[in-house]
Amino acid sequence: MNKRLYDLVIVGGGPAGLAAAHSAKLNGAKNILVIERDRELGGILQQCIHNGFGLHRFHQELTGPGYAQRYIKLVQEHPEVEVLLDTMVLEVKQNKTVLAVNPELGVFEVQAKAVIFTMGCRERTRGAIRIPGKRPAGVFTAGAAQRMVNMEGYIPGKKIVILGSGDIGLIMARRLTLEGADVQAVLEIMPYSNGLTRNIVQCLDDYEIPLHLAHTIVAIHGQDRVTGVTCARVDANMKPIAGTEFDIECDCVLLSVGLIPENELSEEVGVSLDTKTNGPVVDQRRQTSLTGFFAAGNVVHVHDLVDFVSEEGEIAGKYAALYAQGKLPENYRTINILAENAIRTVVPQKIVLDHASIDPVRLFMRVGKPEEKLLVEVVGAQGKVLATKRLPIAKPGEMIVLEIPIDKFADAGEFVVVTTRQAVKA
Amino acid sequence: MQNETKADVVIIGGGIVGTAIARELSKYQLDVILIEKQPDIAAGTTKANSAILHAGFDAHPDTLKAKLNVRGNAMYHELEKELHLDVKWTGSLVVAKTDEDMVTLKELLERGQQNKVPGLALLTKDEVLLKEPNLSKDVKGALWAPSAGIFLPFGAAVAFADNAISNGVRLFTECPAEKIVAEAGKVVGVQTPKGFIGCNYVINAAGVYADDISRLAGDDSFSITPRKGEYILFDRKVGNLVNTVVFPAPSKFSKGILVCPTVHGNIFIGPNAQEIANKEDISTSPTGMSEIIDRAQELLPNLPLREAITQFSGVRAAADCGDFVIRNSEFVAGLIHAAGIQSPGLTAAPAIAEVVAEILKLNGVELKPKPSFNSHNPKPIVFKELSLAEKQAAIEENPLYGRVICRCETITEGEIVAAIQQPCGAKTVDGVKRRTRAGMGRCQGGFCGPRVTAILARELNISVSQVRKESAESYLFYEKMPGDCEVTGHE
Repeated sequence: MNKRLYDLVIVGGGPAGLAAAHSAKLNGAKNILVIERDRELGGILQQCIHNGFGLHRFHQELTGPGYAQRYIKLVQEHPEVEVLLDTMVLEVKQNKTVLAVNPELGVFEVQAKAVIFTMGCRERTRGAIRIPGKRPAGVFTAGAAQRMVNMEGYIPGKKIVILGSGDIGLIMARRLTLEGADVQAVLEIMPYSNGLTRNIVQCLDDYEIPLHLAHTIVAIHGQDRVTGVTCARVDANMKPIAGTEFDIECDCVLLSVGLIPENELSEEVGVSLDTKTNGPVVDQRRQTSLTGFFAAGNVVHVHDLVDFVSEEGEIAGKYAALYAQGKLPENYRTINILAENAIRTVVPQKIVLDHASIDPVRLFMRVGKPEEKLLVEVVGAQGKVLATKRLPIAKPGEMIVLEIPIDKFADAGEFVVVTTRQAVKA
Repeated sequence: MQNETKADVVIIGGGIVGTAIARELSKYQLDVILIEKQPDIAAGTTKANSAILHAGFDAHPDTLKAKLNVRGNAMYHELEKELHLDVKWTGSLVVAKTDEDMVTLKELLERGQQNKVPGLALLTKDEVLLKEPNLSKDVKGALWAPSAGIFLPFGAAVAFADNAISNGVRLFTECPAEKIVAEAGKVVGVQTPKGFIGCNYVINAAGVYADDISRLAGDDSFSITPRKGEYILFDRKVGNLVNTVVFPAPSKFSKGILVCPTVHGNIFIGPNAQEIANKEDISTSPTGMSEIIDRAQELLPNLPLREAITQFSGVRAAADCGDFVIRNSEFVAGLIHAAGIQSPGLTAAPAIAEVVAEILKLNGVELKPKPSFNSHNPKPIVFKELSLAEKQAAIEENPLYGRVICRCETITEGEIVAAIQQPCGAKTVDGVKRRTRAGMGRCQGGFCGPRVTAILARELNISVSQVRKESAESYLFYEKMPGDCEVTGHE
């Protein structure tokens, strides 16, 4: 097989991959290949026809396809960026050979100088959360249903119960209401929603759809097609409380019960994963534990705003481009970042120091549960506080962003801790 | 099908038993029709069970179960090659944790020797842990049965049906038997919603419904008690935790909850055993799940619960007599039962088919070999298992093999189309899943479900809203509702 050589191969043509391609081009990468398995670029954005995308990036409210189109245009303006659609990457090897397949070229290999993983994420399923009951037609993940409604033009049900109040579930509650379906209720096993506040208001409250917190589905009924569900309140350990069961009649159950970064390829090639984010451990350049392999977007950690995905794609694109050209500044020290107290995850998990970079570091953090009046502190090994941020409210669904000048890390020691305490004055 | 069709033999039920019989009878110059009430075959007990080719030490000597288990197990070695079945001859272990269990193992060993099971051996604790290092360290010993294997029951049923159809058997799906019509105590045909099928012989292979079918002919000689078993299936990521079929020492009632690999490299745990009133009740329950998790953890303490990808349950078709019911009806001439086929029914199926053919012969049916009979199915293309060069060749031949539809299992559009077009082709999303594995992986069809639906609609020339998941009324999507789009309140 004749291997073509690319500076950069990007696996996935969603928002992270597109931003990475654009940024890599601006940073001097000569030939860039974006490999996308779907029939068009844009990833899941193409099925997100609601608005609210791009407020940070473009200072406008765009739809998902609208947001995607901006990046698709940017990428298409560069003849150096080659795109392969309808193409599945089968394997990525440590020597940066990428094996892929499509109907036109068959099985083929390309050789990259640097690889960026931007495969996004997948949805947690009924099986993963063990919902008991029968297995009739009419149980869908919210994203699969969204694709059918918005891209293929079919609806998954007429009387709907949604389990999980993640953003996709909330958006689908509104979307299906607009299509004429009756959304009976949204159930959430946690005592709080994981969705953005604006989505709770605009997708449930505005349509008087009830949200039952601390509730779950204990049985799905129906032989051929779903006929209803039995719900129950759950205790502090998320176990259903006997005697609290009630039935809801419906013909469809949508699951919005979490997203999992899609790291099969990265794992196979040997990239180290963070057990909390389920994505690769990356430094602030978005380089993974394997030299020359970068990652960005939901494959690293699940974002709530696409604007941050693009930002991460740009970072990965830039440094992968520099790596491919042999211009990535040599680093002389690695600082690990640890999460503590209310902070559950931090990305990047490492900072590398070199003699050239001046870019500030942006830490993306999530709390484990809702908190009020939180003081976030980034503390060096010697107890020196590098940065602080006061938050009146912090929710697991909303990413906390904290920018720190890179020179602050210069005397930080071997690790820094991102920690929290209750703020006296928030 | 016309309003009136004729055949020599009608087989009721497209499970592993019905399809094995159809394939066996297709060797002879007989006109055979297989009828199945669901849109696809293998949709009952055959699709949800432990998928084991049992060695045959479990059943008591002199039972049909014992004889046909050992014979069936041996037959699968030939069938594996002829029909390209996915079989792995892993061997099985029955693990003892107490002195009482050790006594049970000795009984099983003796019983197995009487049943002529080859290669049985008692293993010491160290030998067991050498074979299965992840098992509980409390293990005292185990009975090793090298002839046991694992396979794909629905794959086998589809392969039997494909081969039967290629050799002239007709398959009518969505065709339940409404009445077995007899005149002067002798079968003359089967009434179905699609018309009357005239025939002299009816074979009752209706699984959990076999007693109901028998009653359609006025034969109330046995009853089937549905006994449900629940399962949890785990991701391939943790598939190396066990390499062989691992049973606990059995109780009087059940072989117990096992930990077992699948031919595709997953592992599963289950089944429990619960007698149920409703034959359709294939629900899973929180109590059932906890029961199988608790029991499985006794064998495999580090059970990776986080890696569960799906749960399901199946129903065993247990006859009240405790053994297989394979015989002529004593009430109606021409009705032959192949009923009460619970474990080890999958293993025994091809042997059961031979017995049924023998019964037909004893009834005076002339079994003239069909000169054109071809015992082989063409080898299906499994993209993932091909070498690079073979992959390339397959795509050059048919570009659809270059489009991956199911990401988790790497299943291409070419395989899905082939599954729909094969002689016993898939008509439903679950039918595609059974034949190709599309949707069986960790995302459970989250990505490929809509695409498989679209391919089915295209290939079957139906609309997307007519595509079904599994059973006759299990439609997946609706047409969008016509909506009013009026602007009100404007001047």
